[in-house]
Amino acid sequence: MQPYEKHQSIAALMNRSNVDTDQIIAKQFLKKVERTGFGIHLFHDWRYLDDGTDNPEFELNNPAFKGAKILVTGDNFGCGSSREHAPWAIADYGFNTIISTSYADIFYNNCFKNSILPIVVDKARLTDLMQEISANQGVQFTVDLKNQQVKTPGGNDFTFQIDPFRKENLLKGLDDIGSTLKNIDQIDAYEVQHKQRYPWLWVS
Amino acid sequence: MYEKIWDSHLVCEPSGQAPLLYVDRHLMHEVTSPQAFEGLRLANRKVRNPHSILATMDHCVPTKDRDKPIADPIARKQVDVMADNCRENNLNLYDLKNPNNGVIHIVVPEHGFVHPGMVAVCGDSHTATHGAFGALAFGIGTSEVEHVMATQCLPQKKSKTMLVRVDGVLSRYCTAKDITLAIIGKIGTAGGTGYVIEYAGEAIEALSMEGRMTLCNMAIEAGARAGLVAPDQKTYDYLQGREYAPKEQAWEQALAYWKSLPSDDGAEFDTMVTLDAAEIAPQVTWGTSPEQVVSVNSTVPDPDSFNDDGKRLACEQALKYMDLKPNTRITDIPIEYVFIGSCTNGRIEDLRSAAAVAKGTKVADGVTAILVPGSYQVKQQAEQEGLAKIFKDAGWEWRDPGCSMCLAMNGDELKSGQRCASTSNRNFEGRQGKGGRTHLVSPAMAAAAAAAGHFVDIRDMQ
Ligand code: SF4
Repeated sequence: MQPYEKHQSIAALMNRSNVDTDQIIAKQFLKKVERTGFGIHLFHDWRYLDDGTDNPEFELNNPAFKGAKILVTGDNFGCGSSREHAPWAIADYGFNTIISTSYADIFYNNCFKNSILPIVVDKARLTDLMQEISANQGVQFTVDLKNQQVKTPGGNDFTFQIDPFRKENLLKGLDDIGSTLKNIDQIDAYEVQHKQRYPWLWVS
Repeated sequence: MYEKIWDSHLVCEPSGQAPLLYVDRHLMHEVTSPQAFEGLRLANRKVRNPHSILATMDHCVPTKDRDKPIADPIARKQVDVMADNCRENNLNLYDLKNPNNGVIHIVVPEHGFVHPGMVAVCGDSHTATHGAFGALAFGIGTSEVEHVMATQCLPQKKSKTMLVRVDGVLSRYCTAKDITLAIIGKIGTAGGTGYVIEYAGEAIEALSMEGRMTLCNMAIEAGARAGLVAPDQKTYDYLQGREYAPKEQAWEQALAYWKSLPSDDGAEFDTMVTLDAAEIAPQVTWGTSPEQVVSVNSTVPDPDSFNDDGKRLACEQALKYMDLKPNTRITDIPIEYVFIGSCTNGRIEDLRSAAAVAKGTKVADGVTAILVPGSYQVKQQAEQEGLAKIFKDAGWEWRDPGCSMCLAMNGDELKSGQRCASTSNRNFEGRQGKGGRTHLVSPAMAAAAAAAGHFVDIRDMQ
């Protein structure tokens, strides 16, 4: 995994709530057996017209948002299915940071496994950030994970909360399996004891 | 109950890391697993406990002409890759030729693979279904699928607990589907976020195991991590004798343990919600989120009836997408398509209740109705019971099992603008085909709509 570094980049605005994973990556693109190449399908039904050309009305097709790494969006982002293709598509498109008031559980977890930082802000803060972007399209925010800070030219600076373990893994680009396997002795010991307590669980 | 399962599966709490939870059962299908196997291979890791895994093919498989090769080359590749991965890693797979094939959350209970008190995971959000057995079952992403294969554990944060009590007696024509939709209508699709829901009360105890599966299946639609129902005699009777259920002495041992699982009297929950089953009418969704739901005898809401700005906007957007006018009576909405199936409502009990309504009727002119049993076992049983004949005589298409129009990955889908009465679990924009309009209902309501060509209040039918 890529370590998550401090960066300054364009913040794109998509003012929609309850954006679900079917919208993020439509099911006709789930049949690939690899992890990469989903970015061109991100938000497909909104992003492209029926003839396959870009839909000029769709927020992210706004030229001012080209190259954005930060996505600012409405409540309950990523609800719906557990498909990890959603964060894969988001990361592959180029976003590494999302700012919203809330996320669906599974989606939130999946972000951290794909070097995406989902930042939670309160409603008032989100409104301020959205206004700043609307008034100054193409504005760049600075995200500093180490100090849990976001700075904006409009002065809407804030700090955010994040689980320390997740922060550490993002900063180091550590793979979860690797960190779990550090506890392999305990897993082995637990399994022996689990087998004794619940022998009927074991299929042989 | 959640706490008991959590405590008994806690491997360790490494400092600076999330607690590690042990996983007893891992369910798998072809769409969310290939990248996990790819990851394992790349990292040179092995599947730790192949026996903990049960795999099927369901999401992208055709539901007719199964004897021919799959037409869609990408779906065919996905199915082939699944077969290769299972063979290489020595996993139990119910492939398309296997008489046990079907939708993962239907076949797993059929074989008694998940028991009370277990932790079960699957790369699929409707894993919550197995909470019906009093197991902690939840959906995970593909990286986590890889993680569980490699370590048999998952780093997890403990959830908060919510008790949903449904007391009273459900009216005759209402089902578990109506209960679960009514709950989502009440608490909203984010109402359960961060929680594990435990369902309790008279109306829940009265549900069959199939009904409890339908109920827990949609816990995720309320935003919850998982749903749980305490195991009782119905649970034990359902499990006894099934392939993976404990046998003989082990059965007695297991039973004693299962009986210790239900929440103690006076157990504390972080939140509590109550509903009166007697007040629940057959439910129909009108929008593009499962929380946008009303009773069949009411009307499509007016955006202005919502005080909350977000909800008003969501209502406006949904009505536009669904092409509905405020205050239209639900029973005046015409439909063109009916789908009965999915892991929510593709079980034998669902088919029975739909057949009771479909018997002697004809699918209305201009309506296409398809019935996709949840598994080959369900299909076979329905044929033996004469249900298949009822549907066929009424003009329904009788298909092979799979997810089919629940997520429309396999070619079964709506055309843009078509309106469908569906027994599945999600009415999101485009879920059943781009531009398709989905109304979620129970199987009996779907069957009634097929015959009438519009929604009907089945309580008015004789
Ligand atoms: S039937 Fe629908 S919800 Fe169930 S596993 Fe298949 S796609 Fe998922």
